[in-house]
Amino acid sequence: MTPSMVFTQNGGTLSLREIPQHAPDRFAQALFSALSGGWRVVSYFGVQADDGVRLYCLLSFKSHATIGVMSTLVTGKSFYSLTDEAPQLHLFEREIAEQFSLSLEGHPWPKPVRFAPALGSLPGVTPHRPPTIGIMDFYRVEGDEVHEVAVGPVHAGIIEPGHFRFQCFGEEVMHLEVSLGYQHRGVERMMQGRPGERMRKLAETMAGDTTIGHGTAYAMIVEALTSTAPPARAQAVRGIALELERLANHTGDLGAISGDVGYLPTASFCGRIRGDFLNMTAGICGSRFGRDLVVPGGVAFDLSADGASQLADRIRTARDEVTNAIDLLWDTPSVLARLEGTGVVSEQTALELGLVGPAARASGLNRDIRRDHPFGIYSMSQIPVETGKTGDVYARTMVRWLEMEKSLDFIEEQLAQLPGGATRRAVGEVSAECLAVALTEGWRGEVCHVALTDARGAFSRYKVTDPSFHNWSGLAMALRGGQISDFPLCNKSFNLSYCGVDL
Amino acid sequence: MIKAVLARIKQGHRTMAYPKKPLPLPERFRGYPELKGSLCPADCRLCADACPVGAIGCDKGLSVDLGKCLFCAECSAACPHGAISYSGDHSLAANRREDLVIREGEERRLARALDKKMLSIFGRSLKFRSVVAGGCGACEADSNVLSTIGWDLGRFGLQFVASPRHADALWVTGPVTENMREALLLTYQAIPAPKLVIACGACAINGGPFIGSSEVHDGVDGLIPVDLYIPGCPPHPLTILDGLLRLLDRLE
Repeated sequence: MTPSMVFTQNGGTLSLREIPQHAPDRFAQALFSALSGGWRVVSYFGVQADDGVRLYCLLSFKSHATIGVMSTLVTGKSFYSLTDEAPQLHLFEREIAEQFSLSLEGHPWPKPVRFAPALGSLPGVTPHRPPTIGIMDFYRVEGDEVHEVAVGPVHAGIIEPGHFRFQCFGEEVMHLEVSLGYQHRGVERMMQGRPGERMRKLAETMAGDTTIGHGTAYAMIVEALTSTAPPARAQAVRGIALELERLANHTGDLGAISGDVGYLPTASFCGRIRGDFLNMTAGICGSRFGRDLVVPGGVAFDLSADGASQLADRIRTARDEVTNAIDLLWDTPSVLARLEGTGVVSEQTALELGLVGPAARASGLNRDIRRDHPFGIYSMSQIPVETGKTGDVYARTMVRWLEMEKSLDFIEEQLAQLPGGATRRAVGEVSAECLAVALTEGWRGEVCHVALTDARGAFSRYKVTDPSFHNWSGLAMALRGGQISDFPLCNKSFNLSYCGVDL
Repeated sequence: MIKAVLARIKQGHRTMAYPKKPLPLPERFRGYPELKGSLCPADCRLCADACPVGAIGCDKGLSVDLGKCLFCAECSAACPHGAISYSGDHSLAANRREDLVIREGEERRLARALDKKMLSIFGRSLKFRSVVAGGCGACEADSNVLSTIGWDLGRFGLQFVASPRHADALWVTGPVTENMREALLLTYQAIPAPKLVIACGACAINGGPFIGSSEVHDGVDGLIPVDLYIPGCPPHPLTILDGLLRLLDRLE
């Protein structure tokens, strides 16, 4: 009997031939037994093959920093859903069905994900035409005093487009359904072909506020496929940039949460301080979002001795100011009263849905790629993982703040001991017929890139899972039993990416 | 309460003096390109081949299309002759699409002010309704920044509003995905005339990194006319503000 999985690690490669391919029954069995043994799904996607659609599942086992890979082949027009037993697969399966014109049997929620044209289909089958965006069978509650509220895709502020349907009984939200796809740009389709600058730019703009998170994952993929080890100095600069990205976004979110409860001092202060963190990134590479800093083989900009000491000064000032701004929150009972007990996601729900990042940690799940599957500088220098217990807006706010303190410490530590030497190595030829996997801990959580290469070393499939992909259903669960007026607050406390899902 | 007051004193007054005083930008900021086509050997296409989005032209002398440019500077890195470099000049916005294509020796065609009649309508109060039509969220983030205390867009009579019915202008970011096309057009129709359209960022101008994708329309001007193009991926807030102030004749 073939082993159920083949193993690799973060930033590793496997030959496609090594990956065990199971019959659908055995695949399901192996998957369930892995999940019950503590494994977790990081990616699950389809690939067009000559004889059908091959499904690859990548799982993580955190205490051994191991990634397991297995596959199965779908040859019929439909495949059987495993979501009932493994809810964390629910959106992955809908995506596979949509991308490969398959029907999904036994799925509790078989709906379009991106309203996108298919990537492929079975031999001899015409790919499905995408349904019109927004037209689908929304979950509906009926009865006296039940009403429906529809919001979006165009929202009141400068916000990415999405559509939300609330089923309400009076003020109480019984269910929120999130329908995305408005930002669908065809990124995975464009990520086929030879790796190069175009691919790197696409990776940086998968979710623009996670330029370093996605850019580093892309660079790690190319480095894995070319057996390139970036120099130590480059790894340190990448780590500093990734933590600056986290600081900027967390600061913005803490300000936005304050704004949404009507507490304006912290909102205004944080709005500005967020810009200070963005400007620190611009100080390194010229771009506030870290564009063009991370390149395969290292980083494109070095941090001079002067630059490093200036950055350290700016970090000190920012720490002082942001602590002052955030402390006001914890000192204001009316703010805390609004945050506590609002939008609760239980640990059990978070576990079943496979939430990641601060949203998962706020519900008590102790997972963080920087520690569980360390990459780059995090293999040398650890960051403590912060968790909450209550799973409410308060916990998501508090976890963010605790993470910010750790990021500030980390940057100061790195700046004080920057390794010398080069910042970039040339990358060589890309290995043919391989699978490469890269995980990073972006500020929203786990960013997963998986690449498959063909016989010429071009990407035949590039699969991206933004943390938001795991977490949008967490937001829906947070609203259950709440009020519509809780939505903006819950939404800010998750701050998920639309474009990261819509790809 | 006393803590909030003390914090207010500590954090201080932070609205920048711009445009009265210049705003320093980081040393590595990549702004308006400087071209030295005379340095180009015949038939050299190194810069054009290095550009991930086809922003560089070599056929009739060296040119850069700022509407497509992602300011990644791969062209400068690829050129051994130093024919292209990026200056720290943040002024990039223009009124017409063709004005974004720059060539050596040509006069700069930055955004001009609205005509007298339009200035009398919008010169002191211009309200935007934003539509995010795809993209990556970075243009949106740096548009939002303008409303924070540092930039304080409100002091110029500029504001983002929640309804197209309250707006004078449509603010478009993103390459216009097929899935956002209808929502964009409906929002445009809902804004009362006379109205302006602003394309903010490389995506909204010409598709940005997503140019050529079958799922996007490569920018907004194929669907509705644009009055102000603001290049950048994403544009720096200063580039955005500079474009708006030029349009409203507020820059000396």
